[in-house]
Amino acid sequence: MNNKVELVCPAGSFPALRAAVDNGADAVYMGFRDGTNARNFPGLNFDERQARRGIEYARSKGTKVLLALNTYPQPQTWGTWTHAVDMAADLGVDALILADAGLMRYAATTHPDLRLHLSVQGSATSYEAIEFYREHFNIQRVVLPRVLSMPQVRRVLQNTRVEIEVFAFGSLCVMVEGRCYLSSYATGESPNTCGACSPAKSVEWSETSRGREVRLGGVLIDTYKPEESAGYPVLCKGRYLINDDLRYAMEEPTSLSVLDILPELVRMGVSAVKIEGRQRSPAYVAQVTRVMRQALDACQADPDSFVPRSDWIAALDKMAEGSTHTLGALERQWQ
Amino acid sequence: MKLSLGPLLYFWPLEDVRAFYREAAGWPVDTVYLGEVVCSKRRPPKLEDWLAIGEELADAGKEVVLSTLALIEAESELITLRKIVENGRFSVEANDWGAVRLCAKHDIPFTAGPHLNVYNQETLVLLAGLGAQRWVMPVELPRETLAAMQAGRPEGMETEVFAFGRMPLAFSARCFTARAHNLPKDDCQLRCIDYEDGLVMRSQDEQPFLTINGIQTQSDTTADLIAEIPDMQSLDVDVVRLSPQAHHMGHIAAVFHAVMAGELSPEAAVQKTTRLTAGTPCNGYWHGQAGMNWTAPDLEAVKE
Repeated sequence: MNNKVELVCPAGSFPALRAAVDNGADAVYMGFRDGTNARNFPGLNFDERQARRGIEYARSKGTKVLLALNTYPQPQTWGTWTHAVDMAADLGVDALILADAGLMRYAATTHPDLRLHLSVQGSATSYEAIEFYREHFNIQRVVLPRVLSMPQVRRVLQNTRVEIEVFAFGSLCVMVEGRCYLSSYATGESPNTCGACSPAKSVEWSETSRGREVRLGGVLIDTYKPEESAGYPVLCKGRYLINDDLRYAMEEPTSLSVLDILPELVRMGVSAVKIEGRQRSPAYVAQVTRVMRQALDACQADPDSFVPRSDWIAALDKMAEGSTHTLGALERQWQ
Repeated sequence: MKLSLGPLLYFWPLEDVRAFYREAAGWPVDTVYLGEVVCSKRRPPKLEDWLAIGEELADAGKEVVLSTLALIEAESELITLRKIVENGRFSVEANDWGAVRLCAKHDIPFTAGPHLNVYNQETLVLLAGLGAQRWVMPVELPRETLAAMQAGRPEGMETEVFAFGRMPLAFSARCFTARAHNLPKDDCQLRCIDYEDGLVMRSQDEQPFLTINGIQTQSDTTADLIAEIPDMQSLDVDVVRLSPQAHHMGHIAAVFHAVMAGELSPEAAVQKTTRLTAGTPCNGYWHGQAGMNWTAPDLEAVKE
């Protein structure tokens, strides 16, 4: 049987970190309170003092701490990112999650003993790309973009010794992570440049005779009827006109959940499964971590007879965008 | 300063592709990027077809570069990638770090394409060490970043700016053209061949917003930086890229060339090119704003 699969959970704040640790996370991932990470939202993330406190708490319970520095620094602000790398090394995190090749070069040169993971924002979708980062920076793990089918994930696993981490649950990026400028096209800020997708300051809601309209950077991305619930507005999950047909042109509001195929992922040899949602509440983190812990334990104990429990599915759907889930690109049909 | 024709991002019938490049041989462009960047199912043209087109363009005095697929998922795509890298005739534009690895392994000089996410000098120095001779700035970066990059770029590294065309904004595993036709990707029937400049996606208040191009999402607006050419010249930009659209490309290339040669004022040129764009013009990214924005450069003065 394979080695233990690590459950990696989001920590957008100290209460969320505690919720993840207390509910069975093997590792938590966090970011600093600025544009150096891809969840740069007001009120989220950690300053140095809080990070120390978080790491201390996680360590006391045997949980690892990973630090995400997964945006792309530009020359004018390069120093902010290298300072963040140095601070993370000083804090003694278990690994850095990096996207930018230049920053990876800095980290590998300056802190050769620091364990490096390639972020999903690094857009490495093939073993050739992953091997590039291993050869040059000795990365130990890669988080796969949500674009590969199951056979393609297997193919990657068979052709690299870098550990593979896949997303298990949470909001679904429809586009290849790290290569999506939709947000900056409408608002001027993107995940790559600012750590923000559809920044709150660019969102406008208005009640009209047609319904509740939501605009991003002035562009009408959806209109909700009174009985429809509205999620956080992102460009790729709005309704648009194509050939005069009004539809979810890219994707409907839904979340990724791999519960149904967990045994296959475990058998295949993935090293870690990740829960998305550093921007979500501590209650979300607690609930999703608890369910995934139980599921992963059951699956690893006896993958052949693993069946997702209906109460797990119900609990996760309650936390999901649009209260529904999909396997995303892992399932060929979705593509 | 040189002028380039970026890779064709749409799927056109083979005869149209051949005809387009036969004409391009006579346009004032120095470099032509060839090959499929968006979707590996788009064949023909096969690699052999692209190589044949490349020979004709080389005979016409053009520098020919083979562009690689931006999103690589399947083993078959890696096989094609290796063939491109090892073609032995033309240099390569690497659009993925796997392509960079292969170019470096085979000691092949390459262009770091716009999809590699080169956002800082450290990345550029890394690429230079691996054999990159040119880099294409990601479309979302502003002039201010370009200026900072130019101030510290490695010796011999050329800089190319995407200056005209609908901008590639995102890639997905999902094919949105197939989805628009209620078809699964595995049975897409190559419907993108019906949309020579992509399929427009409009907001519910009828404003054109994005362009669907298979697994790629583009802007609906067309980037037009012709008015910034003097600024680019002062920043020592080496290559200005025009991304193909179905109509007026020869005319557009001629106008860009005239501005670069100092034969036409940027103010007069922008009046010409903005009439020829597939979508309405934009230059927001250049000015550090939302990419879809358009700031008419000095046009007010011209009108008055």
